[in-house]
Amino acid sequence: MTNIEELVKEQAEVHGKERKNLMPILQAVLRSERYISEEAMVAIAKELDISTADVYGTASFYTFMDTKPKGKNVIRVCKTITCHMKGKDAVIGALEDLLKIKLGENTSDGKFSLLQANCLGWCHKGPVMLINDEVYPEVTPESAVEVIQEYLKQK
Amino acid sequence: MDNKIKKVDLIFEKVDYLDILEKSFKRTQDEIILDVIDSGLRGRGGAGFPTGLKWKFAKNEEADQKYVICNADEGEPGTFKDREILTQSPEKVLAGMALCGMATGASKGYIYLRGEYNFLLPSLSATINKFHEDLKELNFDFTIEINSGSGAYVCGEETALMESMEGKRGEPRNKPPFPTSSGYLGKPTSINNVETLVFALMIAKEGPTKFKEMGTFDSRGSKVFSVSGDTPTAGIFELELGMSLENFVNEFGDGDTKAVQIGGAAGFCVSRKDFKDTVIGFEGIPTGGSMMLFNSTRSMFNILKDYLEFFEEESCGQCTPCRVGCQQLLKGIEAVKKGVKPPAYLDELQKLSETMKLASKCGLGQSAPNPFNSIINNFREEIIY
Repeated sequence: MTNIEELVKEQAEVHGKERKNLMPILQAVLRSERYISEEAMVAIAKELDISTADVYGTASFYTFMDTKPKGKNVIRVCKTITCHMKGKDAVIGALEDLLKIKLGENTSDGKFSLLQANCLGWCHKGPVMLINDEVYPEVTPESAVEVIQEYLKQK
Repeated sequence: MDNKIKKVDLIFEKVDYLDILEKSFKRTQDEIILDVIDSGLRGRGGAGFPTGLKWKFAKNEEADQKYVICNADEGEPGTFKDREILTQSPEKVLAGMALCGMATGASKGYIYLRGEYNFLLPSLSATINKFHEDLKELNFDFTIEINSGSGAYVCGEETALMESMEGKRGEPRNKPPFPTSSGYLGKPTSINNVETLVFALMIAKEGPTKFKEMGTFDSRGSKVFSVSGDTPTAGIFELELGMSLENFVNEFGDGDTKAVQIGGAAGFCVSRKDFKDTVIGFEGIPTGGSMMLFNSTRSMFNILKDYLEFFEEESCGQCTPCRVGCQQLLKGIEAVKKGVKPPAYLDELQKLSETMKLASKCGLGQSAPNPFNSIINNFREEIIY
């Protein structure tokens, strides 16, 4: 059994093998792998005894459930209007320069993905970015770069 | 109409929530529900359905299992008050759910928390564990679990949320049946916004009169507003409903406010000339809390484009008027801006938006035309030139 299959099996035991438990299982795979691979989808379908198409249909519906490989740290910068007005473009520009990737890409070492997201719910403290589940409100291009440099040091 | 801004403190006020529950559990279900009906409380998520009636419908259903859901899928651009309530007063939200459970006969509650707020999970789970212990002492059988979203605005729509909880794509269902008769897993379900549940708890504490005396005939009580954009005082404010937009702008504007978007991307844009005659409330323009202020340095084209990009991405794609409509509105204003289409094309797009309002299945496609029409009608020249 591969690591993914083991993870899926374990999560299916924890949450239960009914269809209604599909989201928490997908989310557990996401936390561990940062994306839902084809292998994971097949394993989940097997555990829950539903079609792989159903698993793919659900996973691909949700913006945070990427079905393409993502970096270990997924950066999402809010792009909705108030963050836009407060300078999210400059924040994204600074991160693109630092990581040497464009929006939507992964760094070649697999450490980071840089994405935009719709309203993250911090409109009074924009621009805001999420790194995995951590939130960073009121970032500037400089402070965003500092945050990423901390991540670079740690891992 | 000429109400001044009145600040209120019901949502974040520290209360002995267990004492409120203990006293409420000694009353009958009908007494609790009648108080909520009498208070005039309407849902605070945006749609504004009378909360007491919702509870009554759920209570009147015969079923072996009923559910309470707290809708914490706060995705409307410009809204962030539910996050703040769940951070500052989570016990009151849980107590509101237990109260709803008691009143409707449900023993199971779920909080559907948007994935963007996952950082709240550890503290919220700990609060829930402690709350379960408290309920045991009150001898009340009610448990709460958290379900996480994964980044889909449409899941704030109540039936899409239930589909998501059932492990499916978050595509809204046809209504009827309404959730109070067939909701989560086909069982009677009362689904309420975070803020609504806290107000219901406060009504149980204080009785309906105090709440009813605030606000206007159509918009009783107070409401938590999320204020953002061009304002020196962005943040969360609980205010009495029914104030004029002019008074609101005088309090929160930066002196140069040219437009206010009331109710988020799905709401309406009001221009300066109409501030005086616009009431914030169900008789005027309702809001789930989002108030975005724009001053004269802002391009209304960019604002509208931003909203339409949002809807184009967040449309679930299930029904054609919304899926294609959102896309065409966006492409249309870009074409007019570039001069590829004549200005009169905006009239064609407005006809399309009427179709979207009539034919879309859920609130998303029905309300995407709101910012479109209100911005085109007020700032047509900014879209064209």
